[in-house]
Amino acid sequence: MTSGVIRRSVTAWAAVAFATFGTAAWGNPEPNQLNMTKGVSEWSPYALHMVGLWVCVAIGILVFGAMFIAMFRFRKSRGAVAEKWTHSTKLEIVWTVVPVIILIVLARLATGGLTSFADTTGSEMTIKVTGYQWKWRYDYVDYKGKAVEQVGFVSRLEESSDRTRQLKSNLDPEKIKVDGYNTYLLDVDKPLVVPIHTKIRFVIVGGDVIHSWWVPALGWKMDAIPGIANAAWTNIKEPGVYRGQCAELCGQDHGFMPIVVKAVPKAEFEQWLATQQEEAKAAKAQQTAQTAPAPANQG
Amino acid sequence: MAHAATHDHHDHHGAPQSFIQRWLLSTNHKDIGTLYLIFSLTMFFIGGAFAMVIRAELFKPGMQLVQPYFFNEMTTMHALVMIFGAIMPAFVGLANWMVPLMVGAPDMALPRMNNLSFWILPFAFIMLLSTLFMPGGGPAGGWTMYPPLSLQGESVAYVIFAIHLMGISSIMGAINIIATILNMRAPGMDLLKMPVFVWSWLITAFLLIAVMPVLAGAVTMLLTDKYFGTNFFNAAGGGDPVLYQHIFWFFGHPEVYIMILPAFGIISEIIPTFSRKPIFGYRAMVFAIASIAFLSFIVWAHHMFAVGLPMGAEMFFMYATMLIAVPTGVKVFNWVSTMWGGSMTFETPMLFSIAFVILFTIGGFSGLMLALAPADFQYHDTYFVVAHFHYVLVTGAAFSIMAAAYYWLPKWSGNMYSETWGKIHFWSSVISVNVLFFPQHFLGLAGMPRRIPDYNVAFANFNMISSIGGFWFGASQLIFLGVIIHCVYFAKKKAADRSWEGAKGLEWTVPSPAPHHTFDVPPVIHDDELAHGHTDH
Repeated sequence: MTSGVIRRSVTAWAAVAFATFGTAAWGNPEPNQLNMTKGVSEWSPYALHMVGLWVCVAIGILVFGAMFIAMFRFRKSRGAVAEKWTHSTKLEIVWTVVPVIILIVLARLATGGLTSFADTTGSEMTIKVTGYQWKWRYDYVDYKGKAVEQVGFVSRLEESSDRTRQLKSNLDPEKIKVDGYNTYLLDVDKPLVVPIHTKIRFVIVGGDVIHSWWVPALGWKMDAIPGIANAAWTNIKEPGVYRGQCAELCGQDHGFMPIVVKAVPKAEFEQWLATQQEEAKAAKAQQTAQTAPAPANQG
Repeated sequence: MAHAATHDHHDHHGAPQSFIQRWLLSTNHKDIGTLYLIFSLTMFFIGGAFAMVIRAELFKPGMQLVQPYFFNEMTTMHALVMIFGAIMPAFVGLANWMVPLMVGAPDMALPRMNNLSFWILPFAFIMLLSTLFMPGGGPAGGWTMYPPLSLQGESVAYVIFAIHLMGISSIMGAINIIATILNMRAPGMDLLKMPVFVWSWLITAFLLIAVMPVLAGAVTMLLTDKYFGTNFFNAAGGGDPVLYQHIFWFFGHPEVYIMILPAFGIISEIIPTFSRKPIFGYRAMVFAIASIAFLSFIVWAHHMFAVGLPMGAEMFFMYATMLIAVPTGVKVFNWVSTMWGGSMTFETPMLFSIAFVILFTIGGFSGLMLALAPADFQYHDTYFVVAHFHYVLVTGAAFSIMAAAYYWLPKWSGNMYSETWGKIHFWSSVISVNVLFFPQHFLGLAGMPRRIPDYNVAFANFNMISSIGGFWFGASQLIFLGVIIHCVYFAKKKAADRSWEGAKGLEWTVPSPAPHHTFDVPPVIHDDELAHGHTDH
């Protein structure tokens, strides 16, 4: 590594440290990121993850600590003589019961996370997500109890990433940036636009093979399976652009079907939705006008 | 040991002189064990070569070396070769060599079937690997072969036939091991005096017999879906793609314990030897293996937390999975207690065993985290999972096999390996393997999915570190090969019958190298000679 790279790394580490312990909203992968994102949604597994992590760290320190003390104290080269004992009922009960208690605590926390995740009731909006080889389709089904007409589009890897990712393209992935953030393989031609402070229900299906819709900032992934409609929900608290990727191997371009969710304030979203509906209507009218003279050719 | 000091072709009983008779037609458990081990080492290097392609492509962002489809062939083949070609045959080879020696049996119970179960394997793998050279390429849908994706491949029939052959081989091997252990123990070798390694294999063999037919069923349904118009997994025909995942993981989860229980057995032999102290809680160790094996049948859907299972199912599989931490914890605590109060030395097998305990436990920790279903919604299908199963399979299963190879090489070859080079191999491997896999935890938590050939610049540094560790770890294994070849053919230092000061058990009562035939007459068991002779608690 050159000194420039090292300096950049140090800066990036500092940024991550700030992002981890500071209050800045932060949902997308950062260089040298060590930990899971807290996410930007009402539901987040971050706390459970941290509890699990620290439990493991604590047990690890105890067990490995005991091991290293044993390795140091009971060496033959230090004149240690082997003892004869081979069991201790008291100890064995302790190290069976204590883990059980820890597990019960963890299970209780995790159960809470599962029940709240499974509860998609009370959602104010429904979006249907369909995975295809190798793109996503988004259809807006309803918003605030009203059906949304004809707002749906395909979202695929944007063009500069697509050119750069070709074998031996000799193009530099470092150069693909949006607002200073590197978006190589994490940007699409048309993002999914959603309102903040709105409980959104996703209905997720697969169009050909199994895909998985994953935006780390929302805290979960859900498989998109042919023939099955899976449900999940989010309620985004902060406006921003949140990036993710397909998480289930789906063929040669599995690595090249990113997801971008653009969360905007409600008013802005409603305006956007109205424009989309207008455009859809106009497009349809135009289509009808064009195709009307020709005889219907539907067998 | 004058008679043992010669090359093993000239043992007192005499192995067949002709190469074909000795190796192709062999019915001798030691020769077949050797065949298994050589085969496994070969596959370890082939599978390792695939891993090198993967790590080379992932060295930096952008596609530099291979097409994405070929990358997927590499990840798929790497897993199939390592699981079915390297890890499983290595454990079967160790069982072949050591189980009869450890229980005082003259050979395996079914020697001809033993020959067949080995010689099926090279054909299965030649067929599997040949798909890489065919038009349409090899399997690229992942080793789990989830439909509908796996059915898009052109090599489905070859792969499935190869898997059937591997399954037949495993089932026959398992039957043989069970028959040997249950019927051929020397008088006085009670079940609860058996070495833990034998116990672990007895339980593993039952797992194999239970689940290999399930895998065979699952892949046969794939075959008929692809070629005979059935719709088991085809949603458009009323089938269910998730059904495949249930069946596959009903095989798959016991399968991962098939790859770790014999490792527990090996470590439970080696740590007492080099601690010069009997294993702590022998019965608890056996019982823990049995309960892990039982639990392995009721946790399969923790591989499927993101397929949209009903909440009740997610809870059940989460609780059952967390429960596995209890018997696994007992094993780790017992290994540490075995060391406590011992008189330890740190020869290469012991070093690998200690690394096993620490690094396998780290894999267990990430396993516990993965068991927490809500957190798994993030972890699932990311590099966090890749890091987890490589900690349990590389620093777990593969390290235990290396520990076993160093531990029993003197018995197999009659020579002592080079301790210096063994230690160089150990230190080089244990450092590089952590450079290789530890950063993958970070990558997964930061949001890098698994099985992708290219990634965002944010993931660049840890991928580069991981790749450097990968090349280093791969190169380190050439030292292993060198140590083995040197030990078998060139080492000057002869091994004693009891090659290690603290070693107990029947295998150390026969000469080194072990003659072609051992225990023609059942040995008289002296409880003092057994590692677990006194089961007075």
